[in-house]
Amino acid sequence: MYPANYLFTDEHEWLDVDGLEGVCGITDFAAEQLGDIVFVELPEPGDTFSKGETFGTIESVKAVSDLYMPVDGEILAINEDLENSPELVNSSPHEDGWMIKIAIKDESQLEELMNSKTYEKFVEDQKE
Amino acid sequence: MIKGMRGLSFKEDLIFEKSREGAKGYSLPKLDVPKADPAKTIDKKFLREGKIGLPEVSEVDVIRHFTKISLWNYAVDYGLYPLGSCTMKYNPKINEITSSLPGFADAHPYQPYSISQGALELMYNLEKALMEITGFSRVSLHPAAGAHGELVGMMLIRRYLEDQGNPRKKVLIPDSAHGTNPASAAICGYEAVELKSNSEGMLSLSDLEAALDKDVAALMLTNPNTLGVFEKNIKKICEMVHKVGGQVYMDGANMNALMGIMKPGKSGVDVLHLNLHKTFSTPHGGGGPGSGPVAVAKHLAPYIPKPVIEKNDKGEFYLDYNPEKSIGRVRSFNSNFAILVRAYTYILSCGSDGLKESTEHAVANANYIRKKLSKYYDLPYETSTLHEIIFSDKIQEKFGVTTKDIAKRLLDLGYHPPTIYFPLIVHGALMIEPTESESKQELDGFIEAMIQIAQEAEKEPEKCTEAPHNTVVGRLDEVTAARTPILKWEPEKE
Amino acid sequence: MKYLPNSGKEFDEILKEIGVGSVDELFKVIPEELRLTKPLDLPEGKSEVEVLDILRNLSDKTAGVSKYSSFLGAGAYNHYVPTTVGSLISRAEFYTAYTPYQPEVSQGTLLAMFEYQTMMCHLTGMEIANASLYDGASATAEAVLMADRIQRKKNKIVMSEGIHPEYLETVKTYLWNLPIEIVTVPLQADGSTDMNALKNAADDSTAIIMAQSPNFFGVIENIEAIAGAAKEKKILFGQIITEVYSLGMLKAPGAFGVDIVVGEAQSMGNKLNYGGPYLGFIATTDDLKRQLPGRLIGMTKDNRDQRGFVITLSTREQHIRREKATSNICTNEALCATMAAIHMSTIGEAGVKEVAEHCHSKAVYAHQALEKTGKVKFPHSGPYFNEFVVDVGKNGKDIVEKLTEKKIIAGFPLIYYYPERENQILMAFTELNTKEQIDRLAAELGGAL
Repeated sequence: MYPANYLFTDEHEWLDVDGLEGVCGITDFAAEQLGDIVFVELPEPGDTFSKGETFGTIESVKAVSDLYMPVDGEILAINEDLENSPELVNSSPHEDGWMIKIAIKDESQLEELMNSKTYEKFVEDQKE
Repeated sequence: MIKGMRGLSFKEDLIFEKSREGAKGYSLPKLDVPKADPAKTIDKKFLREGKIGLPEVSEVDVIRHFTKISLWNYAVDYGLYPLGSCTMKYNPKINEITSSLPGFADAHPYQPYSISQGALELMYNLEKALMEITGFSRVSLHPAAGAHGELVGMMLIRRYLEDQGNPRKKVLIPDSAHGTNPASAAICGYEAVELKSNSEGMLSLSDLEAALDKDVAALMLTNPNTLGVFEKNIKKICEMVHKVGGQVYMDGANMNALMGIMKPGKSGVDVLHLNLHKTFSTPHGGGGPGSGPVAVAKHLAPYIPKPVIEKNDKGEFYLDYNPEKSIGRVRSFNSNFAILVRAYTYILSCGSDGLKESTEHAVANANYIRKKLSKYYDLPYETSTLHEIIFSDKIQEKFGVTTKDIAKRLLDLGYHPPTIYFPLIVHGALMIEPTESESKQELDGFIEAMIQIAQEAEKEPEKCTEAPHNTVVGRLDEVTAARTPILKWEPEKE
Repeated sequence: MKYLPNSGKEFDEILKEIGVGSVDELFKVIPEELRLTKPLDLPEGKSEVEVLDILRNLSDKTAGVSKYSSFLGAGAYNHYVPTTVGSLISRAEFYTAYTPYQPEVSQGTLLAMFEYQTMMCHLTGMEIANASLYDGASATAEAVLMADRIQRKKNKIVMSEGIHPEYLETVKTYLWNLPIEIVTVPLQADGSTDMNALKNAADDSTAIIMAQSPNFFGVIENIEAIAGAAKEKKILFGQIITEVYSLGMLKAPGAFGVDIVVGEAQSMGNKLNYGGPYLGFIATTDDLKRQLPGRLIGMTKDNRDQRGFVITLSTREQHIRREKATSNICTNEALCATMAAIHMSTIGEAGVKEVAEHCHSKAVYAHQALEKTGKVKFPHSGPYFNEFVVDVGKNGKDIVEKLTEKKIIAGFPLIYYYPERENQILMAFTELNTKEQIDRLAAELGGAL
């Protein structure tokens, strides 16, 4: 269910790494928990954030959640489609609902993230 | 008896859709001075051209439109309105009469004091009455609502601490608090730090101890808290906060549980706000106007917002526009005065005996509902409660019926639902505050409805999950409303 | 009079059912040392007859403007309120309802608010208006806080000294605790904001320029010029309006590219009430909607495909976003907004323009009548709508008090806020001031000087 090649944070972001770049979104589990997404607030390309910092927010009708940076990095691009179609986060959280593309500053931080198996187990534990 | 919705439910267009060119609903006296041509004195580029876009309708159209749509509202005058922490008590009709007396309704806030003595005296007397009820040294009547009162309270604390040499950084707020608490603290430049409630639904003294340090400016505490539980350690809590040099702010939203029973000012609290639109019977008006007076201990009294009301040697009332240490203004003019008139009327009507009895009846009514419904609904906290009770949907959730469904089904059965999903620390909370305004008969009807829903949840859950069936509109699509907001009316494009 | 429906017998039944012997047992959760042992030191409850008598007495000791010829404005205006407003607003469905959190049984309030929002958009020429704030002063503070959120890295606010002094003070109080600098810009001789000073004060670190028009002294500001200066430096521009009837005659702020319009809409259907409750409003552009404070009502559909209304974009608000909310406001002035909606429906398109025309005509007539006395001066030459400053050459407060004895409230003595304007009185004129009243004002004022 969670793409085998992705990495995950315990705040339920995923990161698809390609060399020194990565694409980031939130997981199906997180999207499901939030319910119908109505708005995603994203940063501007060029902004930089360190790991764990809030890079944006995601809103359902009655909840707001912060989006956390999985690793240190600079924003290269944002998913402009989310502005008018935030529901992509619900319908395709791991693909069309991606949020930001980042330049990874410190590759060693990738080792601190979970792989899909560990994340799956992490989610199971959360459900209990 | 359960009083399900019946009767007429009108279809009605928007007032803009009823607009017809040339229709008029007003008449003005004939202009008795020469008509001035604005272009003579005002540059033409600043003058309006063309239509504003307001409706053009007759008086009959206006009356019918707003009368019809008013019938789409539930109201206290229809029946029980058990919103927890909102204190939807009956709004006595005399309040509406007194607040519209011409001396009050037509008085301009800047008219000379010589012709304002009655209004000023009323404010002065109300301040004194609220001081007596709360046990504090001074009251400011300025705040326009509860959240405004909270903000003023936190501003007073900050200014006082500044004068002590250090405004400090943090404000401690229990996780059961209203959202307005952290929001008000933030505007005052404070960082909000959340404290977890213990298993009794109270503030944990050990957690408080651990959180207290020299950076703590204040603790914001609701008492009784939003679980309806009285913080029995309040004196100790205040002592602990004072010991590190902090102040204690009490959210008085639930003052209806305490009138004539205890005075917050005597429990060590430094500042308290009241909601006249809750405890003192002024109407909610579909979301306001309210009034949120702030009561303070002696050391905070010099800081209250200006102007402050005073009485001179000759017994004349006036407003002091420049008290030296005041935090300044927090609004224009002096108060939501017409709301003050209503609250003062209520206090006079009830008297010391009536206020206390109101609290007693409110607390008894809440405990009666608790007793009758605890067999059917989960009670997340066993602790005794005062004026409100919190149930959860834990039992019904097993059948796929959630708090939202219970609330919507109640609408079908003719009752306004309780506050739902608050406080946040209770999953699927149903927060019920019946107030003193309900007779046993009325309470029994509500209880019967709640029991019916509990039974339906088990046997016919779709009756709940598809509710409401009898209201003028069904469940509304809030997702689309938020994704593509339509916030004003526009004619349909052809 | 107590408002307790349960008789003694029913109350006892309730206690019995709960399982307590007396009501006192229910309060045992409160430590004994805190429980009161004697009654509150207030009079015993009174009958309706007695209470009415006391309140009537207090009302009689206060003069409503209807018994006087009043020329008071200064942020609160005495306008004609059609009888539809009082009649409809006394419907319990409006005034005894709660905030419309359960939309299925609150469509009346929600629709009225939606109509109010739409009317405020039309009046101001803006794209979005919220469902109300407390009053003009706190709304102005909210506008400044909103600008600060939008312009995150800028920390300066430029405010014209033509803004209502109580609004300026309120903004100062609100910002006291925040790292935001307030710079005020003086007026020039004609009573409008000094544009050169404004341009000098506004720089790269400025989040918003705030100006009032017509300003506190009644002078219509050059909104086009201020908006242009703001645009040039990428600064937001907020216009304050305290007399919304001026919009029946003056071009809507939206036409000049104003970013935020904020102020007091008491003039629309709300009585003077000795200072409140009034009706704070805020309107802005679609781009900035997510930074708006307060409640917003939106149109949607229900599960039966019918049109319906809900509170929307509520993630901005305190009950969800808590300390990160756009404002701490919860209770607003919904009923005052409903009154405004009924008022604007009744008075309507033609009426708002006609009332504005009356106000302006009366002010122009009064200006001429006062000038003819030869005893007063007009410190400001700038254009006005329905309010202007008169220099009476003597202490303004004394003169106002003197005329009060003649049943005339001549206006607001500016000495209250401006010691240097000791001899000046701010006078306002509305459709309710008759020619006869104005003639008498001129005659009595002439006589008193």
